[in-house]
Amino acid sequence: MSDYNFAYLDEQTKRMIRRAILKGLAIPGYQVPFASREMPMPYGWGTGGVQVSAATLTPEDTLKVIDQGADDTTNAVSIRKFFERTAGVATTEETEKASIIQTRHRIPEADLREDQILVYQVPIPEPLRFLEPRETETRKMHALEEYGLMHVKLYEDISQHGAIATSYAYPVKVEGRYVMDPSPIPKFDNPKMEMAAIQLFGAGREQRIYAVPPYTKVVSLDFEDYPFEATKAEHPCDLCAAEDSYLDEVILDDQGGRMFVCSDTDYCRTRREAGHVGRLGTETPLQTGPEAA
Amino acid sequence: MSQTDIYSGGFADPAVAAAHGFRAAMDVMARPGERREITGGIAPEGLSPAAASLILTLCDPETGVYLAADVDSDALRGWITFHTGAPLVSADKADFAVGGWAALMPIDQYRIGTTEYPDRSATLVVELTEFAAPNATLTGPGIKDTARMYLPDLALLQRNSMLYPLGVDLFFTSGSEVAALPRSTQITAEG
Repeated sequence: MSDYNFAYLDEQTKRMIRRAILKGLAIPGYQVPFASREMPMPYGWGTGGVQVSAATLTPEDTLKVIDQGADDTTNAVSIRKFFERTAGVATTEETEKASIIQTRHRIPEADLREDQILVYQVPIPEPLRFLEPRETETRKMHALEEYGLMHVKLYEDISQHGAIATSYAYPVKVEGRYVMDPSPIPKFDNPKMEMAAIQLFGAGREQRIYAVPPYTKVVSLDFEDYPFEATKAEHPCDLCAAEDSYLDEVILDDQGGRMFVCSDTDYCRTRREAGHVGRLGTETPLQTGPEAA
Repeated sequence: MSQTDIYSGGFADPAVAAAHGFRAAMDVMARPGERREITGGIAPEGLSPAAASLILTLCDPETGVYLAADVDSDALRGWITFHTGAPLVSADKADFAVGGWAALMPIDQYRIGTTEYPDRSATLVVELTEFAAPNATLTGPGIKDTARMYLPDLALLQRNSMLYPLGVDLFFTSGSEVAALPRSTQITAEG
């Protein structure tokens, strides 16, 4: 631990990131350029989120890291270990106990509180990038609030598929001004973005930081006759019977067998411990939590 | 509290003190109207511990600092240079401007960003003698319903928020407390 400065990054880098976060909070949804550093993990593994977390952590924080809702996947485990070693902070798998939650592509099912901070890992921060590859042009489009192209894209979804087929990284408009990429969270999570916690977004390879302060208006783009719909698989969770959580589909065999389970592992475990049993669940829940041997 | 030795008064444990300082600064910038403790920095005579700690937390050789006439002194210039390495610049080039409200004016001398880069704007650190009784109701990002706060010049700050997404962002400091007013906040006069 003493081999590293607190939370790995040097102080000047943290100051640069912190100034970008403050401007991001002052202009919700606007992507602030920052001088992203190389981190001891490859791009695509959350280098942006890790830098934002490193600049935000204090020694008293409790960190939770999730990858697609799960605490126990490679990306989540390695980032949690990284901060255990370089910042010496406490870590947890319980949403309730965390003060900072770094996430890849999900928002926890439990409502976040005012004293919590949600840090998103973002691959492509520019919502217009796949429609217009030139940065000089997308920057002008944001400056002029020229978002017609995004509506054309959603319209083409409807004309081809009969509905807005975009199911993740669904574009939102923040406080009536900037169109923002919410990172590749399922659109099921979009309505949760008007939350009590501070939301910070870090894109390491693309060198952008943006932010959404608590209670900021975050509206998913749609049309009057094709309103936004937060969709999920039409099943209850097969382990905890939850009807209200986002589900992963797991293929069980090559005979068409499948199960649906909560993508948020902490939510699912909490429910099973409270006695909820789904179609394929058992009365004595599997030990998958922090107490597992 | 204050002293005139420019070499002392920095953070005792820089990484941890700056982390706490930033958390306070982020909390207030994300929640206009709220106040947080921010301590650890002690600047020469004339600057509050809150403003001194903000400077130590956010300024370095990459940020130009402008000192308004009421806080400008050789001792403070020396202290900022020694502890942060930040260049001292004129108001129109400043990333951070520090001083009392009257001395910081006129507000239109500061950078408000460009339409393509609204983040390239100044942040004012406004020293208040105290956080007086609220005279403004705030709404906007970071505020659940409404918040209340004392602001020195309502009409001027309303004009600043009308420039959105351009404009300056403000920290208010007094003693060891800090509050903030980002450009995104809508301001209505009370009473």
